[in-house]
Amino acid sequence: MKELLVIILASVFVNNYVLQKFLGICPFLGVSKKLDQATGMGIAVTFVMLVATAVTWPIQTYVLESLEIEYMQTIVFILVIAALVQFVEIVLKKYMPSLHKALGVYLPLITTNCAVLGVTINNVKDEYGFAQSMASSLGCGLGFLLAMVLFSGVRSRVDNSASIPESFKGIPSTLLAASIVSMAFFGFSGVIDNLFA
Amino acid sequence: MNDFISSVLPAVLFVGAVGLICALLLVIAAKFMSVKTDERVTKIRECLPGANCGACGFTGCDGYADALVNIPGTKTNLCIPGSDTVSKKISGLLGVQFEDVAEQVAVVHCNGDCRNTRKKHDYVGIQTCTAVKLFYGGDGLCTYGCLGYGDCARVCPNNAICLKDGIARVNFEKCIGCGLCAKTCPNHVIHMTPDTVEVVVTCSNEDPGAVARKKCTNACIGCKKCEKSCPEGAIEVRDNLSHIDYSKCSGCGTCAQVCPTGAIKAASLLGFHNQAN
Repeated sequence: MKELLVIILASVFVNNYVLQKFLGICPFLGVSKKLDQATGMGIAVTFVMLVATAVTWPIQTYVLESLEIEYMQTIVFILVIAALVQFVEIVLKKYMPSLHKALGVYLPLITTNCAVLGVTINNVKDEYGFAQSMASSLGCGLGFLLAMVLFSGVRSRVDNSASIPESFKGIPSTLLAASIVSMAFFGFSGVIDNLFA
Repeated sequence: MNDFISSVLPAVLFVGAVGLICALLLVIAAKFMSVKTDERVTKIRECLPGANCGACGFTGCDGYADALVNIPGTKTNLCIPGSDTVSKKISGLLGVQFEDVAEQVAVVHCNGDCRNTRKKHDYVGIQTCTAVKLFYGGDGLCTYGCLGYGDCARVCPNNAICLKDGIARVNFEKCIGCGLCAKTCPNHVIHMTPDTVEVVVTCSNEDPGAVARKKCTNACIGCKKCEKSCPEGAIEVRDNLSHIDYSKCSGCGTCAQVCPTGAIKAASLLGFHNQAN
């Protein structure tokens, strides 16, 4: 149990996918303009990461490894995740219209998101078991959500600031702000290892 | 050869099988779990032009059709490219009162073509307005006017804009009024204007008169002749540039006659969209 907690906390703060591994930057910059959109996207990504891991981990362990075709991992994972997200969208549309409305716009955006693929592949690379993989995915999703929410706050300040030079407005100032938030997260490295020591 | 087949075959079969299973899953899901969309949404979607320009304020034509049926109170006259024809059809389908569409066309507020103004430096970089604007406000003498690299022409879904003598010209017969060019222009030279107007200020320069005049022979010099001569009091000179309030303008054309530089021109936007109906 303690091990799972460490994995979750480590993937939220220390190995944050957006701010430390720089995966999933596209939605991070694209959908972080408003707080509600950022939250919606964060929750959708968390959801997809969990579902994707639940499917790809058995495929990797029971099929790819037993057939000794681990090199097909990337292609198979992309295929499975893309189909899965589409399937989930259809199911949600039919049985949970309210949830579909909340996640609806963001689900197709995540279909081939690199953060989702990154989580599933890194779970395999770190030789996690099923429970550990799920914990790691949950942590990564929460980390993404945290980064989105924090950054939407930073961004609403930066975008509305009058003191930004004309040529820095828009994407340049956003990227600068992102780098500063990312540097702030470096402060967490080393914390987790000693937290439960 | 046998080694090759035995090493590749499992991978090919497996990936093929995964693809097939995924495809089947999606086909079955689409067949049995599809949500019936309101027939009216499909019908309205067929009426809409399909330019996906976003002028209605929704995410494309699909979004607008959906909103019309599912969000009560959505106005039927928001599709500017479709104009009255589409508005009438939609109103008929939904059984609501038809409302007139305020048709708009894109107007380039600059006439600084190669006869009226000059380049101040040679530019050989990326051939877009946005890029050239980054170099000292553009390569033309006037930093307010049309940059002439055709960003607007590239976004126009109906090829209504062409570059002539170094500036953008709008073909009002082709312009569908979506406003994409106005959003794209880095100098904000293009404005969406009701297609019933009779006079247009073809200049955006806010420099003082003498400076503006040296840069471009067509420039508005802020002399206020138009402001004084306008019988309706519809013209105001702000920041050395003439502005026409079209809600007051009667279209008499006096301003175009008195303008010493020709910055105000009689326009023939002609209400093309209305004529078409």
